[in-house]
Amino acid sequence: MTGITENIWQAKTVAQRAAEALPESVWFALGYMVLGVVGVAAFIAVLGMGLIYAERKIAGHFQCRLGPMRVGWHGIFQTVADTLKLLLKEDVVPAQADKFLHILAPLFTLLGTILVLAVLPMSPIVHVSDVNIGVVYVGAVSGFGVLGILLGGWSSNNKWSLLGAMRAGAQIISYEISATLALLVVVLFSGTLRLSEIVESQAAGWWIWRAHGVGIVAFLLFFIASLAEINRTPFDIPEGESELTAGFHTEYSGMRFAFFFLAEFINMFIVAALTATLFLGGWMPFHIGDFAGFNAIMDMIPPGLWFTGKTAFLVFLIMWFRWTFPRLRVDQLMRLEWKVLLPIGFANLIAAAVVVLFNFYFFPVR
Amino acid sequence: MSVHITTLDDRVRLRQDDSSPLSTQEYFVNMGPQHPSTHGVLRLVLKLDGETVREVIPVLGYIHRGIEKMGEHQSYRQFVHLSDRLDYLSALINNWAVSMTIEKAANIELNDRIQVIRTLMAELQRIQSHQLWWGVFGMDLGAFTPFLYGFRDREIIADIFEETVGARLTMNYIQPGGLMYDIHPGFVKRVKAFLQYFKPKLAEYETLLSGNVILQERLRGVGRMDGQTALSIGATGPVLRASGVPLDLRKSEAYGSYGKVAFDVVIGKNGDCWDRYWVRLEEMRQSMKIVEQLIDNIPEGKHMVMKPAVKIKLPEGCYYNQVETARGILGVYIVSDGKESPYRIHLRTPNFNNLWAITETAANWRLGDLVAILSSLDVVVPDIDR
Repeated sequence: MTGITENIWQAKTVAQRAAEALPESVWFALGYMVLGVVGVAAFIAVLGMGLIYAERKIAGHFQCRLGPMRVGWHGIFQTVADTLKLLLKEDVVPAQADKFLHILAPLFTLLGTILVLAVLPMSPIVHVSDVNIGVVYVGAVSGFGVLGILLGGWSSNNKWSLLGAMRAGAQIISYEISATLALLVVVLFSGTLRLSEIVESQAAGWWIWRAHGVGIVAFLLFFIASLAEINRTPFDIPEGESELTAGFHTEYSGMRFAFFFLAEFINMFIVAALTATLFLGGWMPFHIGDFAGFNAIMDMIPPGLWFTGKTAFLVFLIMWFRWTFPRLRVDQLMRLEWKVLLPIGFANLIAAAVVVLFNFYFFPVR
Repeated sequence: MSVHITTLDDRVRLRQDDSSPLSTQEYFVNMGPQHPSTHGVLRLVLKLDGETVREVIPVLGYIHRGIEKMGEHQSYRQFVHLSDRLDYLSALINNWAVSMTIEKAANIELNDRIQVIRTLMAELQRIQSHQLWWGVFGMDLGAFTPFLYGFRDREIIADIFEETVGARLTMNYIQPGGLMYDIHPGFVKRVKAFLQYFKPKLAEYETLLSGNVILQERLRGVGRMDGQTALSIGATGPVLRASGVPLDLRKSEAYGSYGKVAFDVVIGKNGDCWDRYWVRLEEMRQSMKIVEQLIDNIPEGKHMVMKPAVKIKLPEGCYYNQVETARGILGVYIVSDGKESPYRIHLRTPNFNNLWAITETAANWRLGDLVAILSSLDVVVPDIDR
């Protein structure tokens, strides 16, 4: 680690602050905890609306139209209106559905999303909790999403929903392997599972280009596999609008549908943020080795902006895919994972091990 | 001797094999009548084994309006407007089919101007229909953007029609004995502008969808149908030509002004979804070629050779005539008993026959392929139930 990060940004998460405050006053500690919880919840709501608005606008301009224009200036209150509509809509549970699971399913999906969001280092000071096994935690908790989808599809008692849920199950579990293999490459490089330390390990340069191509391959693998994990086009077969009407959430309406919808959009942000954190340096400014002057100029841009910029770029990329590509077929999707991505993932992991063994980076710092 | 009629009930009965605890069961799913990719109210009963389609049973009749029966109570002129409602994307060509049958039966001679304008309109309609198909095809494969691109370009032709005809979809323009109105003075200019505009756009279509590796994977080799099968089920139009049978009435019967223009009949090789896709894209190019050849030499003349108020009576007998719509052969069969309205009208619609290709081609493909195949057949449901 370079001196810059240690001195200028005293990285403190909300959880750390709560722990420090605990000996003095229980109320202060509780206050920090509430701050963390409320912060994440508010963040999800605002971010969800923002992303949906962005998606609709971007889709509109991709398709030679304007997108929402009526509610507010350039339609900025459109998503607020839509949220209100969804809140007020009747919540229909099919008569033959398994009611308990039907109600539980969207909560599971959203839960997975919230728990991942809590460990994302968005900037040195905006960080709810820094788990020492962050990477493993992210991999484990994101599994909640598929649980919710499977439950939702099963409990709806609808054959289309069930087909969608089964597709989702097969797809997400398969692609998690490739995503994890790509994650391991970064763990090998940085030697830590803690997300904040992974960010700090990129002070001399981002992992995507510091390791002679290995980083780029891992980046592409992770990005593609993550897209499949969050069911975005071209891997949106669990929803498969033209095939399965709406896939696993065919039977959902009102707020419960909104939960699935919200989780989908927040997941998009999470994938972009995780990719940025692991491969593009997270909140770390663009540094080149020991070029102190250049690095100092880059440091003037606040880390929060760096993180936002990188994430926004990746989110845009994801939306670009969605409005350009057709959908893969279910067996082609499996073939892509097991016959293409997985072998590449393993080969890349071995190559990464060799790179680490000989300390063969650009700008070696350790 | 009793005849056993196989009903839907008989066909959806399952044989369950309980011999092994691991035995799987096939199941039935209703795709439609309300389903995003059946394009209307088509109902397909699917027998599925997991994701694999084992059998497709089309169930028709959800948009049956009794057009043939209604025709028996209307005069020959009035029946033309009903033909708009068959395959609404080829409304003008349907008008032409009915008008041509009546004209041949009543021995009405048309001048060149009428023939050229009819041909021009039919080809514009064909381009427009294929544009919409292209957009919907993209959407069925999961790419939403082509849909709006298709609609954007379709709008320009709709504007051209609106200017001359006054309507955009159900036009009722081609009448027995001529055309409802003469073409608008700006027609030629507008059509030329459209040709200028659409040529680069067609290249854009290719970039956006045709060259995409995912699309190629989804279409190549999927839903293959050989020429023999296609002929045996009576498929016509691009579906038949994609299977390698060069049957195009515009060439073989050369009605209208098709005898005077040079164009190629586009045929495919394998009869798979990709060929059906490619044939339609290529047909748009050929149609533009036809329009280009005709647009500069529209002969002078009247747009109507008989007064619109004159009642048409066909001599007693049976009359049949057929044209090539955007989807295949539309045949009109009229039985006349010499009165003002036909005794019986029967329509041989292209989509009815083309639809049965799905029962031949979709078996043992995945659910996603079924959607691709159905979309590549380009079915317009009101044309099936008439």
